Amino acid sequence: MTAPKLPLFSRPVVRLGLVAAGAALATAMVLSLYASVARHKAEAQQTSVHLVDLDEHTIDPAVWGKDFPRQYDGYKRTSERTGTKYGGGGSETLAPEKIETDPRLKTIFDGYAFALDYRNRRGHAYMLEDQRTTKRVTERPQAGSCLHCHAATTELYRQKGLENGAPGNLDAAFGSPDAQAQLMKGFEAVCKMPYLEATKLAKHPVACIDCHDPKTMALRVTKPGFMVGIDALARSQEPVPHLPSIEKWRQGDRSVPYDANRDASRQELRSMVCGQCHVTYYCGPKATLFFPWSKGLKVEEMEATFDEYKFADGHRFFDWKHARTGAEVLKAKHPEFEMWSQGIHARSGVSCADCHMPYMREGAVKISDHHVQSPLLNISRACQTCHRFPEAELKARVEAIQDRTHALLGRAEDALVELIGDLQKAKAAGVPEAKLEAVFELQRKAQWRIDCINAENSMGFHAPQETARVLGEAIDFSRQGQLSLRDVLARERPKG
Amino acid sequence: MNGKRSILFVSLAVSVLLGIFLGSGVFTFVSAHGDSYLSNDPAVCVNCHVMREQYDGWLHGSHHAVATCNDCHLPHDNVVHKLWVKASNGYHHSKAFTLMDFHEPIQIKPGNAQVLEANCVRCHQAITSEITAHGTLGVPTDPGQRADLYGCVRCHQEVGHGPKS
Repeated sequence: MTAPKLPLFSRPVVRLGLVAAGAALATAMVLSLYASVARHKAEAQQTSVHLVDLDEHTIDPAVWGKDFPRQYDGYKRTSERTGTKYGGGGSETLAPEKIETDPRLKTIFDGYAFALDYRNRRGHAYMLEDQRTTKRVTERPQAGSCLHCHAATTELYRQKGLENGAPGNLDAAFGSPDAQAQLMKGFEAVCKMPYLEATKLAKHPVACIDCHDPKTMALRVTKPGFMVGIDALARSQEPVPHLPSIEKWRQGDRSVPYDANRDASRQELRSMVCGQCHVTYYCGPKATLFFPWSKGLKVEEMEATFDEYKFADGHRFFDWKHARTGAEVLKAKHPEFEMWSQGIHARSGVSCADCHMPYMREGAVKISDHHVQSPLLNISRACQTCHRFPEAELKARVEAIQDRTHALLGRAEDALVELIGDLQKAKAAGVPEAKLEAVFELQRKAQWRIDCINAENSMGFHAPQETARVLGEAIDFSRQGQLSLRDVLARERPKG
Repeated sequence: MNGKRSILFVSLAVSVLLGIFLGSGVFTFVSAHGDSYLSNDPAVCVNCHVMREQYDGWLHGSHHAVATCNDCHLPHDNVVHKLWVKASNGYHHSKAFTLMDFHEPIQIKPGNAQVLEANCVRCHQAITSEITAHGTLGVPTDPGQRADLYGCVRCHQEVGHGPKS
């Protein structure tokens, strides 16, 4: 006797079979969901289209531009002629000569190459070309130190370092002790070479690789002058609240030198990469290029560092002997990092890149604008993210600061030129140099302060009150010098 | 006999397949950070990289220090409403991002726009009470009037996460 057959879907086997099929189908769907999630996560890692591999040997920014076309386009745009009220190249082929628009500078720099040729700046794209063609280089011998800031130097320093006996090879990772040793040795070697020889080693102006790690695009510092300088600053007593990683390092045991690549935050690096070059320094044949930061970043602290520095021959540091007076004076070069450090923006955590490379949106992508330029040419993106005022008002505010600085600078230059004139007269009257030492010192002090502000490219904006203070001191020193000269002359040639 | 053996076989198959289903389900859940969505952390919203613009905009925006994503985009009138909207948004986001069938640039839906508007008013009531006395632009008290999709945000576009996104 057979049992009656159950309807199909009442049979346990069939029901279980359906459950099995359902579970299988559900598994397939869950796994395809997993695949979708995994694919999206992988896509999320891909922040740029990877067309070429970049490594420490890729110096040419055009190759980096294949992977990062937007940033490269911005970088190339620095070749555009731009001008603001107090800066920039304007629209001529070569920027105008600062020593023509302000002839007092020829007096102030007499005896130094800057009296020969001192043009207004052009964009970053021209930095190597302009260095090679300025009369300061073609008509005066210069040291290879100058290449430190005007060329892409990572590989060329390492190559020279290896030639001079540094350990390892060019494939060592940039952060490795071998690579750092190569970098330092090469840096010292190139600084000793004559410029015209050293420049043959350089193919590109400062390029992507000088600020970015080629594998991770992380910001990094690569210029030896900066690395040594920032360590010296960290060891100094000067408070640097705007660089919190240094304050933190100071509280440690200091057994390892301060290393910006290891210790600095990303926001600090956004200023430090610019601070590799936008600083004042010694650049000449008598010593390896160095930043005078071992007492701090203020104008008088850097002056004190120079005053205490002795060259190999035991002589006190000076940049040149003034042709008209004979005073041994100092030359400042574009101390933007030092001046910015004294201002409210630095104290508020605003980095160089926040204003000079603000974020821009191109379609769906947000990148840092690599067209480094004056924020006055880009007010809405550079200023208005934080300062919610109309562009015209912001521009007027900046120009008010710059106008005041310019007026004060003019006054300071006039005072200095008068002092130089008086010194010339004193020498012509036969006063020996030995009697003029105190006045020379005052000329040196005045000249250094004026030059720090003149060479700095913000016309006071980076730190308006500090700039005014420095110029006030400069005027004071020049006038003190003139008063002092009167006393000297009275002593040397008493009436009656 | 034969019937019992096939039941046994099928039962085994069912157990195995159910087990595989549960296992891959749990694996997918963990791999997709499913439990993170119970939290309030804005970083969770950017698990999906399509939200990067919004997250980045919020990081640099004026409300960065005072409001997270949930503070503005979920209702805070009662817990049930909040969890319902959170679950519903979560479901729709997952479906959209899996099937990639959503409008780009991303646009807020009317229901969520109302939630957002209510949150603006919730915090800024003291200042805006005169303005909103007769209904906000977003949700007018007169039911005869159509709701403006954008309301407060129409003028105050950047306060959340940047211009127009």
